[in-house]
Amino acid sequence: MSFLRVSWLVFRKDLTVEVRSFEILATSIFFAVSAVLFFAVAFVQEGRALDGAAPGILWIAVAFAGTLALGRTFERERQAETLQALLLAPADRPAIYVGKLLGIVTLLVTTEVVLLPLIAYLFQAPLFARAGWLAAVLLAGTVGYCAVGTLFAAMLVRVRSRDVLLPVLLYPITIPVIIAGVRATSVLLEPELDVAMIRFWLSLMAAYDVVFITLALWSFEPLMTE
Amino acid sequence: MSKWFFPASVACALMFAVSPILIANAPFESTMGLVQKISYYHMPSAWIFLIAAVVCGVASVRYLFGGGARHDRVAWAAAELVVLFGAMALVTGPLWARKAWGVWWQWDVRLTASLMGWMVAVAYILVRKYGGPGSDKLGAGLALFGMANVPFVYVSVNYWRTIHPKTTVVPTLPLSMGIPFWFSFAAFLLLFILLLRMRVRLEEQRAELDAVYLSLE
Amino acid sequence: MITFRRVVSGLLLLAVVCAASTAGVQASQPSEPEQLSEFVPIEDLPPQEELPAAPLLIAAYAFVWVALFAYVVSLSRRLGSVAADVQRLEREVKKR
Repeated sequence: MSFLRVSWLVFRKDLTVEVRSFEILATSIFFAVSAVLFFAVAFVQEGRALDGAAPGILWIAVAFAGTLALGRTFERERQAETLQALLLAPADRPAIYVGKLLGIVTLLVTTEVVLLPLIAYLFQAPLFARAGWLAAVLLAGTVGYCAVGTLFAAMLVRVRSRDVLLPVLLYPITIPVIIAGVRATSVLLEPELDVAMIRFWLSLMAAYDVVFITLALWSFEPLMTE
Repeated sequence: MSKWFFPASVACALMFAVSPILIANAPFESTMGLVQKISYYHMPSAWIFLIAAVVCGVASVRYLFGGGARHDRVAWAAAELVVLFGAMALVTGPLWARKAWGVWWQWDVRLTASLMGWMVAVAYILVRKYGGPGSDKLGAGLALFGMANVPFVYVSVNYWRTIHPKTTVVPTLPLSMGIPFWFSFAAFLLLFILLLRMRVRLEEQRAELDAVYLSLE
Repeated sequence: MITFRRVVSGLLLLAVVCAASTAGVQASQPSEPEQLSEFVPIEDLPPQEELPAAPLLIAAYAFVWVALFAYVVSLSRRLGSVAADVQRLEREVKKR
């Protein structure tokens, strides 16, 4: 079976399992929405939001929901002991990684679609004014965040205190994506669009995505071998 | 422990005892005055922090791609020293900056990247300590990704204001400031080598202990 | 058929392209920093300069020494406890 076919099959399997119960999607969205509501309580006073708060809150909510989704996705595989079976299958291991990555990116993008109008409403941020750019920024950032997250979550399946350790591993490594995401989103909220700036942040995120996906594909095999 | 260990530790202790005298006798810097004297410990500890991080990363990659348990022990030992020397650099830096820049902390490239590297090392130790079986590979992966992360932190923070002095101050140091600086750098380097050896020794003994336990059962 | 190798080499090529485009924008960024490139020694220090800096200096050196001391103590204690364990085990092995 070719590389892309294996990835597609893993992705479709995850999607089918998720659509049957919506467990991860529902909990992640609920978690992200409550986080945003907490921020609204803290930072919106007398109907006015804190200047420049919206991009930070958007990315914090995405990062937190992402941690939750990553943990749950692999927890499900662990409980059913299907990850071992998946790894034993006569398929390229990196292809399995790519399939998992696609599944988690899909979950997070869906969560973001729910979050965006909520944040735009609560913090009076014109998030949809440059929707195309914003979509590109969010996608690039989410892929980068999940590229690292999928690898670490997969490795953590065999480790004891995996729930606490996932954020411990993930947050220091994803600092550049979060910086780039927050900065790029704030550039998009400015009245005048600085195209050079937004292109700079986008290419930085794209470079991050490419380098870390390559690294993950390269090290997935030795890391997942017992 | 090998033969060189004891005399080397005595020499290292002596160097650390002598270094404050040399530093006290060095001239004051023209714009920063007394507070610049922190640099005689700040810069060496920051350099050793970097050296330890490189040692940890290289050892991790070698362990990950087929190296033996020896590399893993070195990586763990070096990670602990990254945390130690990183803490020194990250605490002495703000104390200097408070006077020289007027602020404790600045989101400058070097500061942000150092803080990130230090956090990765702390995460490495947390994983190794609380991860249980399988955490050796996990730590190695973390070290690998942490190394790959450094250029991105540099680029992403680079457009923010950079006020940290350049490292080019070091070769331009006049002799009166250069001697105490290089002396304390030598002391820190020797200290790093000694501590690394001691820490690796601890891991070796632990491995021996495990082997004895296994042979008993 | 697309193999893993081909995917990786394609990704690497993309990375180079992205890095190149990033570098281009980087160059166009305004360079503002006024970095210190030299330490200049002076003979005497105005006395008002010395006072506020002293606590910072003392704190810095004290921290380095205390951190070092604490680490060496913790390391030697750990080494000691492992050595004690080894000895105890050896004695038990002899008894058997």
